[in-house]
Amino acid sequence: MTYQLETAAHPETLRRVAIDPVSRVEGHGKVTILLDDQNKVHQVRLHIVEFRGFEKFIQGRPYWEVPVMVQRLCGICPVSHHLAASKALDVIVGAKKLTATAEKMRRLMHYGQMLQSHALHFFHLCSPDLLFGFDSDVTKRNIVGVAMAHPETAKRGVLLRRFGQEVIRVTAGKRVHGTGAIPGGVNKALTVAERDELLKDIYHIVQWSRDAVQLIQKVHTQDPGLYNSFGIFRSNFMSIVGNNGDLDFYHGTLRARDDNGKIIFDHVDYQQYNQYIEEEVRPWSYMKFPFFKSIGKEHGWYKVGPLARVQNCNQISTPFAEHERKEFVDYAGGSPMHAPLAYHWTRMIEMLHAAEVIKELLHDDDLLGSDLMVQGERQMEGVGVIEAPRGTLFHHYRVDENDLVTMANLIVSTTNNNQAMNEAIRHVARRYLHGHEVTEGLLNHIEVAIRAFDPCLSCATHALGKMPLEVELVDPEGRIVHSLSRS
Amino acid sequence: MSYTFTLDGKVVPFVDGQTIIQAASAAGIFIPHLCYHPEFKPHGSCKLCTVKVNGRHTASCTMRAAPGMVVESETEEINAERRALTQMLFVEGNHFCPSCEKSGNCQLQATAYHLGMMSAHYDHFFPNRAVDASHPEALLDFNRCILCSLCVRASRDVDGKNVFGLSGRGIKTHLIVNAKSGRLADTDFTLADKAAQVCPVGVILKKRQGFAVPIGERKYDKAPISETAETTEGR
Repeated sequence: MTYQLETAAHPETLRRVAIDPVSRVEGHGKVTILLDDQNKVHQVRLHIVEFRGFEKFIQGRPYWEVPVMVQRLCGICPVSHHLAASKALDVIVGAKKLTATAEKMRRLMHYGQMLQSHALHFFHLCSPDLLFGFDSDVTKRNIVGVAMAHPETAKRGVLLRRFGQEVIRVTAGKRVHGTGAIPGGVNKALTVAERDELLKDIYHIVQWSRDAVQLIQKVHTQDPGLYNSFGIFRSNFMSIVGNNGDLDFYHGTLRARDDNGKIIFDHVDYQQYNQYIEEEVRPWSYMKFPFFKSIGKEHGWYKVGPLARVQNCNQISTPFAEHERKEFVDYAGGSPMHAPLAYHWTRMIEMLHAAEVIKELLHDDDLLGSDLMVQGERQMEGVGVIEAPRGTLFHHYRVDENDLVTMANLIVSTTNNNQAMNEAIRHVARRYLHGHEVTEGLLNHIEVAIRAFDPCLSCATHALGKMPLEVELVDPEGRIVHSLSRS
Repeated sequence: MSYTFTLDGKVVPFVDGQTIIQAASAAGIFIPHLCYHPEFKPHGSCKLCTVKVNGRHTASCTMRAAPGMVVESETEEINAERRALTQMLFVEGNHFCPSCEKSGNCQLQATAYHLGMMSAHYDHFFPNRAVDASHPEALLDFNRCILCSLCVRASRDVDGKNVFGLSGRGIKTHLIVNAKSGRLADTDFTLADKAAQVCPVGVILKKRQGFAVPIGERKYDKAPISETAETTEGR
């Protein structure tokens, strides 16, 4: 847990290699690597180059607009932002407990999203690396190559995602950027026809999800030397957990563990998240670096997402996914697994769980109810937290007496993984690039490490007015005429 | 007395005093419009309802029908002009349909769809306009105002309150609230007013309503603007 390789002592003497853009991730980012004459690595950074601004321009808008506006942060998991914002605004409108129909409709929407996002990431973005090898022929290392060599796998990937999108459509009105959740509840229930249409497919969706777990488990366990050590670093980890410590993507309390699995905090009401988590700004990235306050900046950073969640919970409530969780925990040998490539395995366990939960919900008549909304005593501030596909997502708003938002703070899943991703690529750079001639295949190793986290870089750069900026005016000879900085 | 004129080749009956758009609406023929409302005196400002009468451009909401007129409306030339006018309205204000609660119920958006508007075409002005959230029950989002003046006419002519007005000239024309403070909370405006119900876009909104109507059940989800009862038979 150190900042080794973050900043080289004399960057001006070093050669710069850039991976720009990082491919097969959501959003735009780049990696810069500084090497000396012997190709020894001195600095590795994952830069997030997008610039968004939602926290700023949501200010002054009416609060009921927020869940629909902020979901535009992302086109891959907009449901996460839609629901996290809605949960924060439930607090604002005094809706302490939603109706059964409202909560289950939101859960169905969210688990549908989990299914489609995990399927997209595994099949479309990562399966080329996992099935063909990290430095395999670059012209075939893509989803088209997978479709040619493994047509059934590629087809299932597409259909799993389509099913998840269909779940979102019937709960939110559209496959992308719908309006289903509103402060205090939802604006629609499921119709019998919509439910029956989903029921036709859910059984083979569950089976395909089981097969996907088997596939990644096989890939992982066949090459433990690579999969257990590639990009490895030890860190704390965090997620929300549901009742009895169950894996829960929609609601729960915050739990954090250290790298040995020892509890750092547990049963934390996320309304108090800012007593436990703080964010650090560094001058070279638009993405902030969160850490646990009790441990401090240097050692308090953590990872989130499937690898954190599956190891943070006590159990999974659905039988097939719980069986797979136990297999994973047994394989890890009783202590937390930190290998980034194990994210893929746990992600597929989560996809299976999402499919099983959707199946359970589709047999629940509460989804067909008509009691959609509750309200209570109006509050001025609210926090909503959800487990998004990529990890824990925080939305925090203050609203004035005229119903306008005065403050918004978002800590996005990928932001939580910022330091973790940087550590993983530094490890890979040390292990594979250090002292070697740089090739496309070697650089793809860096990207493989980043992809394991399924980062969404567009979501992660939502702040405006807070990032440090340095502006330099340089004359034709390269001399700095004027410089301006904001920290 | 009953007479007729032709509109895009169809024979349209009318009675003395009817404007072209009134006669067309009564005959079930849609002419795009934004500032026209059958319950109010025509304003003739948005120019969306422009047609050609005997070869000359005129606003169909202000031009009285006359026997034997030859009126053209659904032509490529006129619709291109209407589309350009609509695009100008989009860039003059801040119309962000993706996060606007009026989306699906908005006459400007529905008109843009009707006219096949695929982009704003012109550079956006991005004007800096405030939101007035002072009233306990209603929100005014001036970002979306298209200066149709329907709220001005409704408040003055029906409610007898004069809550709204248009101030400034030319490109600087803007909607104001007739109170010393300029705030809606300092007027006698209520949600029961006619002025609260006539805004064709998302300026005058009932608070805390937001996205309560699901996608699929909004007004223009069910039928395009050219086929809704309001536009062809009067609201």
